[in-house]
Amino acid sequence: MTDRQPVTDWAADFDHMDAQWVDDPFPIWDDLRQRCPVAHTSRYGGVHLPTRMADVRDAAYDTQTFSNRRPVVRANLPNVALPTPPISSDPPHHKPSRMLLLPAFTPQAIAPYIPVTRRICNELLDDIGNAASCDAARQFAQHVPVRVIASMLGVPETDGDLFRQWIHVMLDDTVRDSPDSADKFVAASREMDAYFRTHVEKRTTHDGPDLISFMMRARFDGRELTERHFYGTLRLLLIAGIDTTWSAIGSSLWHLARTPADRRRLLAEPELIPTAVEEFLRAFAPVTMARQARQDGTIAGCPVKAGEMVLLAFPAANRDPAVFPDADKVIIDRKDNRHAAFGLGIHRCAGSNLARMEIQVALEEWLKRIPEFTLDQTQPVAWSAGQVRGPRTVPLRIGG
Amino acid sequence: MSDSEKSGPWRLVVDPERCQGHNRCHALAPDLFKIDDLGFASAASERVPDGSIELARLAVRNCPEFAIRLSHASSRGDDT
Repeated sequence: MTDRQPVTDWAADFDHMDAQWVDDPFPIWDDLRQRCPVAHTSRYGGVHLPTRMADVRDAAYDTQTFSNRRPVVRANLPNVALPTPPISSDPPHHKPSRMLLLPAFTPQAIAPYIPVTRRICNELLDDIGNAASCDAARQFAQHVPVRVIASMLGVPETDGDLFRQWIHVMLDDTVRDSPDSADKFVAASREMDAYFRTHVEKRTTHDGPDLISFMMRARFDGRELTERHFYGTLRLLLIAGIDTTWSAIGSSLWHLARTPADRRRLLAEPELIPTAVEEFLRAFAPVTMARQARQDGTIAGCPVKAGEMVLLAFPAANRDPAVFPDADKVIIDRKDNRHAAFGLGIHRCAGSNLARMEIQVALEEWLKRIPEFTLDQTQPVAWSAGQVRGPRTVPLRIGG
Repeated sequence: MSDSEKSGPWRLVVDPERCQGHNRCHALAPDLFKIDDLGFASAASERVPDGSIELARLAVRNCPEFAIRLSHASSRGDDT
């Protein structure tokens, strides 16, 4: 692991990998929003951090100045380009590569996976059984999106451990910027491509409902996708929906485990779950995306130089008191909730309908089977570092 | 605009340039919005049915992209 200088000045030398940020970023963001709403650091080659909703929104909409070619801030970059369209794409290529993907993720297209997700949740809950304690992250949340995306891709759900290993290398290792992290990232990408290639070759027809067949049918400007595009998008489909959604499910259960009043209210009023899920997404938004300035620009008047990075801190924007009354409180029946957990503008998370469905179903099934649970205060809750925030462990005591 | 014009029917429009397909409107008010094959929203009917104005306002206030406009059919002004 890289030696990390502790942060002493969050406004001028922030580090989103600092232990204090990883453990509890909210007071840092609240402080910055008031005294220095666009923070800066010269770490990682220079990064800017807007924390107000209006500034995050403006930067997200300014696709002319801020490019998506590097959506992750890290020190050690791979020496080969591994694009994952459309998240790594800019206009004008972005639109066609996104449009070809969108039909697979509409609410109508996601609906058939509601019963699949319910089955998966119940299988995991069967495994927890009548235990007096469990880890809601490791035994439940981390498996739900892995198995759902496997089902959607048309590959064995039992390959989930392989996916989790790739995710670990691509996200945990790379954000920690160990000296060999870039090599590991490239190696994991190649392994994923080889995995998908095997499944492509197995398919004798291309008309199945699964996402691999869907991508084989896809066309870009009327032509078949290039291999680079095809496998890049499949890697994105595998990676993007896994630790993001498990983080959201984990944070929601973590909140309910330490807030009995909210847990009891959802038990009494399960119809409130969709509203509560939006509030969990606001308050514990897992994802921060990065941009790279392709030219000199500004955010809220602060100069950004060409080549510098910007962290679009959607989780910080979601706590902006200028937009949300009692922004620091989790209010599970919050009616007006214009949150930005899935991003803003042309890069809105393409899988947002899938994620939302998985979180809702996971909470519904969990509460049906495990209505009584509290956080086990004797064990620590570990939060992931980097641009996806969620609890890696949620130790629970089960029962009233 | 005079107050008398305010009693006219309400007009609901989703700006296709702003809508990014979050689908928050459809989740809140499935009868007022329809979703196309790419996931983008539009008003199920331009005129908001009687009794659904509050629901339409709720959708307006939850759209992350400020894409929904609710206005009097008799005016060009926005209610939001």
